[in-house]
Formats: sequence, C-alpha cells, structure tokens
Amino acid sequence: MTKPVPPGLGGTFLEQWMVQRRVIGALLMREMLTRYGRRNIGFLWLFVEPMMVTLTVAAVWTARGFHQISDIPIVSFVITGYSGIQLWRNMSRRCINAIEPNQSLLRHRPVKMLDIYLARMLLEVAGTTTSFALLCVVFLLFSNQISPPENILQVVFAWFLLAWFSMGMSITLGALSELTPLVNKFWPPMIYILYPLSGAMFLVDTLPHGMRQVVLYIPIVHANEMLRDGFFGSHFHAYYDLSYLVAWCMGLCIVGLGISRLTVEHRLS
Amino acid sequence: MILLEQVTKRYPSLRGPIQVLKGIDMNVSMGEKIGIIGRNGAGKSTLIRLIGGGEKPTTGTITRTMSISWPIAFSGGFQSSLTGRDNLRFICRIYGQDPMEKLPFVQDFSELGDFLDQPIKIYSSGMKARLAFAISMAIDFDCLLIDEVMAVGDAKFNAKSKEELFEKRAHKAMIIVSHNMRYIKSNCNRVYLMDDGRLQHFEDVAEGIAAHQAMMAS
Repeated sequence: MTKPVPPGLGGTFLEQWMVQRRVIGALLMREMLTRYGRRNIGFLWLFVEPMMVTLTVAAVWTARGFHQISDIPIVSFVITGYSGIQLWRNMSRRCINAIEPNQSLLRHRPVKMLDIYLARMLLEVAGTTTSFALLCVVFLLFSNQISPPENILQVVFAWFLLAWFSMGMSITLGALSELTPLVNKFWPPMIYILYPLSGAMFLVDTLPHGMRQVVLYIPIVHANEMLRDGFFGSHFHAYYDLSYLVAWCMGLCIVGLGISRLTVEHRLS
Repeated sequence: MILLEQVTKRYPSLRGPIQVLKGIDMNVSMGEKIGIIGRNGAGKSTLIRLIGGGEKPTTGTITRTMSISWPIAFSGGFQSSLTGRDNLRFICRIYGQDPMEKLPFVQDFSELGDFLDQPIKIYSSGMKARLAFAISMAIDFDCLLIDEVMAVGDAKFNAKSKEELFEKRAHKAMIIVSHNMRYIKSNCNRVYLMDDGRLQHFEDVAEGIAAHQAMMAS
C-alpha cells in the first residue's frame, strides 16, 4: 500500500497545495455527480441551465418590444447583464448553508471548510462562463441581434473581476450563514433589491445624474459597465472605477476569509 | 505520536458556553492501543473529533506526528445519491490514493456485489456499514480511531472485520471508544476514564475498568 501524505503533517506550502488541489478536485467531481448525475445530458446541465435562464429573459425582453437600448442590440444587452447576475447569484446561493449539510465531510482531515466553498464556486464559475461564451458564439453565428465584442480582453478581465467579487461575497455570506441564521432571512430580499440595482438591466449613462451617483456605490455596477464597455463601448458612455471595484474584491475576500476562520473555531457540532 | 496538552473545548449555546472538555492531557505512541471509557455525554466523542482534526480545540494544543484515520466505519461522509463505487472514488481521491488499486479489496471485503453500483440510499444499514468499514480499511493510517463500531454487520462480518482490524493491523496505534468493557479489556494496553470533561489515566486496564464500574454504580 502506498502511504497517504498525512494531511496537515506535511508542512511545506507545496505539499499543502497538492493536498488542497486534490481535495477540491474530488469535491468538484462529487458535486457534479450529485447535482447532475449520469442521466440524460449529465453534467452538460452545468451550463445548459444558465443558458436557458438567459435565453428566457432575452426572449421575454424581445417580446416586450425592447428591441433596442439606444442603438445597442437587445440580445447583447441581456446576455451581458443576465450572465453576470447568474454568476453572483448562483455563487452566493451555493455557499450559503453549504457547510451544515456537509459537516460530516469535515471528519476527513484533508477536507477544509474553504475547500467546499472553492469547489462549489469553481463549478458555478465554470458553468456560467461556459454559458456566457456559448451564448455569444451561438448568437454571433446565427443572428444579427448581437455584435462581436469590441475589446475581448476587457470583457474577459471584467468577467474575471465580477467572478472575484462574487467569490469574496459568497465566502462572506457563506461563512456568516454558519454563524447566524439571519443571513437566510435577509439575503433573499437583498437579492431582490440587487437585481434591478446591479446594473444588469440598465446603463448608468441612461440614468439621471442623482441616480448615477447612488448606483455607482454598488460595486457590481462597475463590473457590469466595464463588461459592456468591452462589448459595445462605442455605443454608450461607460461609468466605472477599476480601483473602487478591486478594493471591494480584496476587502470582501479578506472579510470572508476572516469570518471563515471565526466559523471554524466557533462552529457548533 | 499524538500529544494533547491542556486541551479544552467550549461550544456556544443560547444559555451561554458549554464546556465539554476541561483540560485534557493525553498521549498515544506508535502501536499503542488506547481505550477511552466513561458515561454517555462525558465528552468522549468530542475528544475523538478533536483528535481526528475535524474540529479545533478552544484552547490547548494537539500535536500529531502520525497519520490518523477518520472514525472507522463512519459513513457520514458518504453522499447518499451516489453509488458505493463513486463514494469509494471520492474518499480515495481525498487521501491521494488510486481508486482502481483499492477497488478489488473493497469489492471483496464489503460483499456488496452488484450493489456497489447502486446509490447508497437504497442500501440497508448493514450494507452501508460494510461498505464504510471496507473503505476505512482500504486507506492506510498509523493510528485508527474506533468509536463504538463493532456491531456493524452479522456475526460472520463482525468476525471478519475483527480479524482485519486486530490481527492484520495489530501493529497500528488505535484509540478505541467503547461501553463494552470486555472489548476494551481484550484490545487495549492502557485506558483513560473520562468524567465530566476530564481524563483520568490508568496504566492498568483492569484498574481503569474497575474505576469506571465504581463510577457507574455511584
């Protein structure tokens, strides 16, 4: 028998990193099998599901006659907005109350609380990103409702920032939810408020001046504006502050990791 | 070696903190068989959880230079909608083992046959316990945690698992929690008696058992 690396004993960063990568990989597989199984299209649901949501929204908006926002094709507008919403909403949803039902997994020493969050978030990022990319490609090939991104690097970078922000937010909410059940009570109404305010359904450019100032306090708005600037920036004036967004991302990650640490120490069993 | 120094564990509750462990000193060396006895609610399982590393002590330190198993035959980490085979794969991956290499042993030992490819939720409790025990035996550790498990299957399986544990793994360190004094007596070199979050150490197993019986009678 080969000897397992005694988890937690091998002190070097590299060894720890190997263990963590292994554990996250195993959790990813387990999560995929549990959620999607091997029936019908299996793990393809990972991105088909968010695609269906975005397509439905796009269809409804088109049917309601919002064919154009100024001269921006509606499909470009909805795909950029709604893919982003799904990213932060799904990631936070997968992290809130993630530990309690998986408590027994922590009896296996290599598995840490953060690994469960990371695996779940990675899966969500993979699904939503694939869905976003596929939708763009499909519409570019088969419809004139969307124009190719003007600056694809900026799109990728903005998407990365949005994922980073969602990660910090999800760890924070997830760890908080283990400490107090209040998160379950307050987060759903917060989501309801954030939907319209996240900048997914409007351009800051089209808002009255006073509203602009208020809305720009919300970091997700900056990410959305940046994303759309990369997509069809020549059609509108984008409002975003990169350093403000990055400061939020870093702040939330630090806060989230801090609360996780507290949660590990104070968890009821 | 496993070394616990002045370990305490407090859990928060609505009526203020509950102190479950109140300053535990304990050591386990390679190959030792340690019994932990005491009445229900004394803190034995909490102690096992801390030794296993799933939880951290409130104060005090735990030093480990041996690899420690999860509680033998513990099936809590299983995902019930996955098959036995998938759960085996998961555990192997976590511990960095090759699932294909472990499969024949688990298949053979658990006697599950085709059920290995069925979701665990349709297993009987005996089947689940057999799988859990087999998977526990498939991964190699220096120290095995045994928290009241020996009644997992029918008589035949019990005999088989006893042999697997105490004969084939006779050189391993073991920490055994049990209410069965005969079991403790025949398998342990030393015992710790746990009472109200504190440990009392007995080099002599019979002495420890006597103290336990005196405590239960009072």
